[in-house]
Amino acid sequence: MIGRKEMHKQAMEKDKTLPKMQGWFRDGAMASWPICFGYIPIGLALGVLANQAEIPTWAVAMMSILVFAGSAQFICVAMLAAGSGVWAIIFTTFVVNLRHFLMSSALAVHLGGLQRMFLSFFAYGITDESFAVNMTQFRKTNWDHKRAITVNQLANMAWVTSTVCGALIGQFIPTGAFGTDYALTAMFLALLLFQLHDAIYVITGLTALGIATAWYLFIPGDSYVIGSSVLAASIGYYLKRYREKKR
Amino acid sequence: MSFFDYLFLFGGMGLVTYLPRWLPLVYLAHRQLPKWLIDWLSMIPVAILCALLAPILFTDQAARSLELGKPEFLVAIPTLLFAVKTKSLGGTVLVGMGLYWLSGFLSI
Repeated sequence: MIGRKEMHKQAMEKDKTLPKMQGWFRDGAMASWPICFGYIPIGLALGVLANQAEIPTWAVAMMSILVFAGSAQFICVAMLAAGSGVWAIIFTTFVVNLRHFLMSSALAVHLGGLQRMFLSFFAYGITDESFAVNMTQFRKTNWDHKRAITVNQLANMAWVTSTVCGALIGQFIPTGAFGTDYALTAMFLALLLFQLHDAIYVITGLTALGIATAWYLFIPGDSYVIGSSVLAASIGYYLKRYREKKR
Repeated sequence: MSFFDYLFLFGGMGLVTYLPRWLPLVYLAHRQLPKWLIDWLSMIPVAILCALLAPILFTDQAARSLELGKPEFLVAIPTLLFAVKTKSLGGTVLVGMGLYWLSGFLSI
């Protein structure tokens, strides 16, 4: 038996692309810990900023539960602090979070044949991070809907808890302590890197950086996000089509 | 703002966030999107992330003017290298924060 165990261990070390599956909760928890860990400083930072913008703690909890979208919540806090109107914030949120449409479409391929109730609950937990983790797992392992929704909901719990904690102890943390100001930027950088599948994506990204910088400098407001994204994505799309035609 | 002001705001934000998460999953599960749309949509995450990062990395956001070589950009380079090396989201966030924190002491 010991020999077989050793052989199994060696096989596992050889082929890490096929990890052994455990219980669904354990697998989900193992896959979601980097997200939860990454959410703690970001959630704390959001809570701190909300606290400084004089948003009450119960409202922070309400926002994290109802919206559950990191970047939109940061933008919301900044816009509230700047005195923006409710409809402007809701519209910006819509534009910033439209990207989930693509993620939801891609996930639908792996979640076919499931009940609408389940899918409706699953949809709530689709974020950049849970999407990236679950898609990787679906591709690499025998990942299923139970494991995937475990990732979603553990990340959700970590997010709600850390934003509320940030709001509660925010007054004791000086602004920018331990680099919390940079948490969201670092998360975007890592997520961006994970999205660069080939040269076309790199070109699209560089194009978006250029257009967004110029748009931001010359056109007031927040239209640079959707404007430069749509332009850069279209340029990337035509480059991809041009490359496919050439082949 | 009152309880109901917040409920309206966050409820509205939640609804417009939930719809794009929910619609494709429930209705497109067994349908095929046209190829051009899939190809175009596949460029959106990269484009949006870059659009969000651009002002942080290359501009003075208070004055809304160009600022090259700011700490946010300089810290982004080793942070990206760490992400390339480890592929870890949580680790990259912590390393980025730590480096940014240190850059405050070095006042680069």
